[in-house]
Amino acid sequence: MEVKQFKYGNWTEEIDVRDFVINNITPYHGTSDFLVGPSLKTQKLWNVCKEATKEERQNNGVRSVDTETISTVSAFNAGYIDRDNEVIVGLQTDELLKRTMKPFGGFKVVQKALSEQGVKPNENITELFSKYVKTHNDGVFDAYTKEIKKFRSLGFLTGLPDNYARGRIIGDYRRVALYGIDFLIKSKQEDLGNIEGPMSDAVIRLREEVSEQIRALKEMVELGAKYDLDLTRPADNAKEAVQWTYMAYLAAVKEQDGAAMSLGNVSTFLDIFIENDLQEGLITEEEAQEYIDQFVMKLRMVRHLRMGAYDEIFAGDPTWVTEAIGGIFKDGRTKVTKTSFRFLNTLYNLGPSPEPNITILWSEDLPQNFKEYCAKVSIDTSSIQFENDELMRENRGSDDYGIACCVSHQTLGKSIQFFGARTNLAKTLLLAINGGRCEITGTKMVDGIAACNCEYLDFDKVMANFKIAMKEVARVYNDSMNIIHYMHDKYYYEKAQMALIDTNPSINIAYGIAGLSIVADSLSAIKYAKVKPIRNEEGLAVDFKIEGLFPCYGNDDDRVDVLAVNAVADFNNELKKLSVYKDAEPTMSVLTITSNVAYGKKTGATPDGRAKGVPFAPGANPMHGRDSHGAIASLNSVAKINYKDSQDGISNTFSIVPKSLGANEADRIENLTTILDGYFSRNAQHINVNVLDKETLLDAMEHPEEYPQLTIRVSGYAVNFVRLTKEQQLEVITRSFHESM
Amino acid sequence: MYCHNPDTIETSGGKLYHIDELVEIALKMKPYFGKKGGVTVSGGEPLLQSKELIPFFKRLKKEGIHTNVDTNGRILNHFTEVLLDYADLVMLDIKHMTEEGYEAITGMRNKETAFNFAKQREASGKKMWLRYVLIPEITNKPELLHQMGAYFKDFKTIEKIELQPYHKLGIHKWDALGWDYQLKDARENTEKEIGMAVNILEKYFKEVKIN
Repeated sequence: MEVKQFKYGNWTEEIDVRDFVINNITPYHGTSDFLVGPSLKTQKLWNVCKEATKEERQNNGVRSVDTETISTVSAFNAGYIDRDNEVIVGLQTDELLKRTMKPFGGFKVVQKALSEQGVKPNENITELFSKYVKTHNDGVFDAYTKEIKKFRSLGFLTGLPDNYARGRIIGDYRRVALYGIDFLIKSKQEDLGNIEGPMSDAVIRLREEVSEQIRALKEMVELGAKYDLDLTRPADNAKEAVQWTYMAYLAAVKEQDGAAMSLGNVSTFLDIFIENDLQEGLITEEEAQEYIDQFVMKLRMVRHLRMGAYDEIFAGDPTWVTEAIGGIFKDGRTKVTKTSFRFLNTLYNLGPSPEPNITILWSEDLPQNFKEYCAKVSIDTSSIQFENDELMRENRGSDDYGIACCVSHQTLGKSIQFFGARTNLAKTLLLAINGGRCEITGTKMVDGIAACNCEYLDFDKVMANFKIAMKEVARVYNDSMNIIHYMHDKYYYEKAQMALIDTNPSINIAYGIAGLSIVADSLSAIKYAKVKPIRNEEGLAVDFKIEGLFPCYGNDDDRVDVLAVNAVADFNNELKKLSVYKDAEPTMSVLTITSNVAYGKKTGATPDGRAKGVPFAPGANPMHGRDSHGAIASLNSVAKINYKDSQDGISNTFSIVPKSLGANEADRIENLTTILDGYFSRNAQHINVNVLDKETLLDAMEHPEEYPQLTIRVSGYAVNFVRLTKEQQLEVITRSFHESM
Repeated sequence: MYCHNPDTIETSGGKLYHIDELVEIALKMKPYFGKKGGVTVSGGEPLLQSKELIPFFKRLKKEGIHTNVDTNGRILNHFTEVLLDYADLVMLDIKHMTEEGYEAITGMRNKETAFNFAKQREASGKKMWLRYVLIPEITNKPELLHQMGAYFKDFKTIEKIELQPYHKLGIHKWDALGWDYQLKDARENTEKEIGMAVNILEKYFKEVKIN
């Protein structure tokens, strides 16, 4: 291959994008003063997009949908927003915001989603998928046991990716720009040649997978050709580097509709090409920003066909185009470049937006100017999130990583993860109180837990039973995951993304829990107050009477915080004992997305005094209103959850009113920077920051048309507030808005 | 008369904390202090508890935590003097430039004590910020501002003056306490009035900040 202006290294010998970045990066320590506004072309293009998204909102969230074509990498002709002004080209279809059928995850889901729009799939396709072609969803339900179905339908396991695509895999989209597809195909062909017998299941499967990947790479070349782009060769300049990278991502979102399809960490990589062109005088700063603005604009326009029920677990039509920005290399240099700033600047040039899900890899050692700029962007837009670079780098062993979905570390091009949705830990605790029966239906779920008839709940007994319940729930959860990922690989394999990842990467399975604060507060109530269950005639505890006071999670009080820490460790330990499909390593997250509302609905009254059906707090957050000792105490409680027990991430969503953060902009920036340094120095992993007044949100509920771009962070991602259901909007408003530090 | 935290004025209520508990809370928050943060005792009037605060400040100093007193300077005795020795910063609230003004605002003729307080801090050579609430026609009058500037301009320990434009946010709290809010008729400053005050004070102080 041709290597022109760049410094050589291992990357010229084999596929090693990290090595290219390490050898060629220009870290930037300066201020944001160099940034420029949007070009005229960008403004014109964005106006078209804004108009189109307005039409989409007015049309119940879907502007148009295709019923004739199964979306693949090379399906659909080229589509443009406004060709004359488009510097970076490519749409998922031939039309802006058109949604498409990707039926291999589950055809019934596609039919349902289409019928909600009043249309049907083409008859031939319907016949094909009814009679001849099997999907991931079909496969999973063929293999599901009665027990798994029971845990699923009663809400112990929810949001499992058994009727939608699992997502979470991050293709190393940079590879297409750096190497060109010809080289990538050659490399995969060599890998295939080296995968030899004896022909075990694993070897046969891998040979088939790599062959699929090669096919996907060839399709990517076809996709490029539709836009007159020659993706067979490496990108030759900055514009091509952006364009090639986007084409690789576009191939992924044309083929797959995974819940979260992150971008990785492309900004630092792209900066090398941009910096090169700027140095050589080939482009201006205006052009550099234009590439990034238009790239980001395209990412904002990615759409998938979803059915209404999907909104319950992932509200606001998210796509999780998560781009990780910042961080520090193992050699101590920062990964911050001018293009890190340019990405953040899109939130001004195009206005706030939930996508791409910009995630700052925070470290105390980041350049101070960058830290302050991030704080400013966060305060101004409530659109970005922060994660602890040092913690992840040291624990997960890689400094070239992206964030899968919301909070999960993933080494780029070297590892993937299996998305595991989550289990309802609060309901699991109720099994311990109800003799192993579902607290709502009375269905026997778990054996080996004696019914308890004592007047007051005994902490030691409840804990012992809780451990039995956790063990059993973990077992069923693990069973379901093994089936799901086996079938997903078989029927809906992510060939385009896997083609951009090393053959046979390491895998972690991303289990999750919801309801952590409910569990902690319930155990605290049982331990420090007296909790009397009110049982119905069947002996199920339908309510709880609490006598006395008890400490609540979220106030930096070790008495209760340790209960949360231990619950996470205990459940994680149960999961660790169970073997996983493809030898994936078990990891766990404390993250709910917006399913905290749906989970709450499916959960009876809990011993902490929460009534039946009331939403949980999101992620690892303390329960709304119970973190009464100020913002820092609340942060400190969450920071105690041990990352080693929850390596897939610990999500915390934090809202503070602007006045409490500081009297003026300079103070607010300084204080937020200090809070982030303080929080992460306590080994916390993640934080969403909203700097908002409740009144703004209330007004947006009244006058949604005036707030088309109002963005808030919810749980590992951001949403357009006006696209949430009323119920979800109200839940967000009842959350703690800290008015004191 | 206009305190926005009237619920902290009463000296008989509140919650009792042991010094150990306060130090522990401060230590838990220490990572969030950054380079400029620390512990501020405010009120009500923190100097009412000077004697009790001395061991607290001693402990904080030992832990390397910045200490700050937010006061109106109306108490001056042996204990305040010792306490101030342990205070890295004093934020002194100047109510008015006349005794009459002090009486109208605080109900007491404290001007002399407060100004002696400032002189004593100046003599100690340790850092001080002034704070001043701007109320149109009551404290935000050019002649008063010039008078204040002239009086304090040679104080070397004063790093800046912070202006708090008067607002009515606290009114509901006074109602809740069943007290009569005496400034009901006062209005908030216009942008122009705030700008004029800043212009005047910038002639005398190194830094003028609007809160």
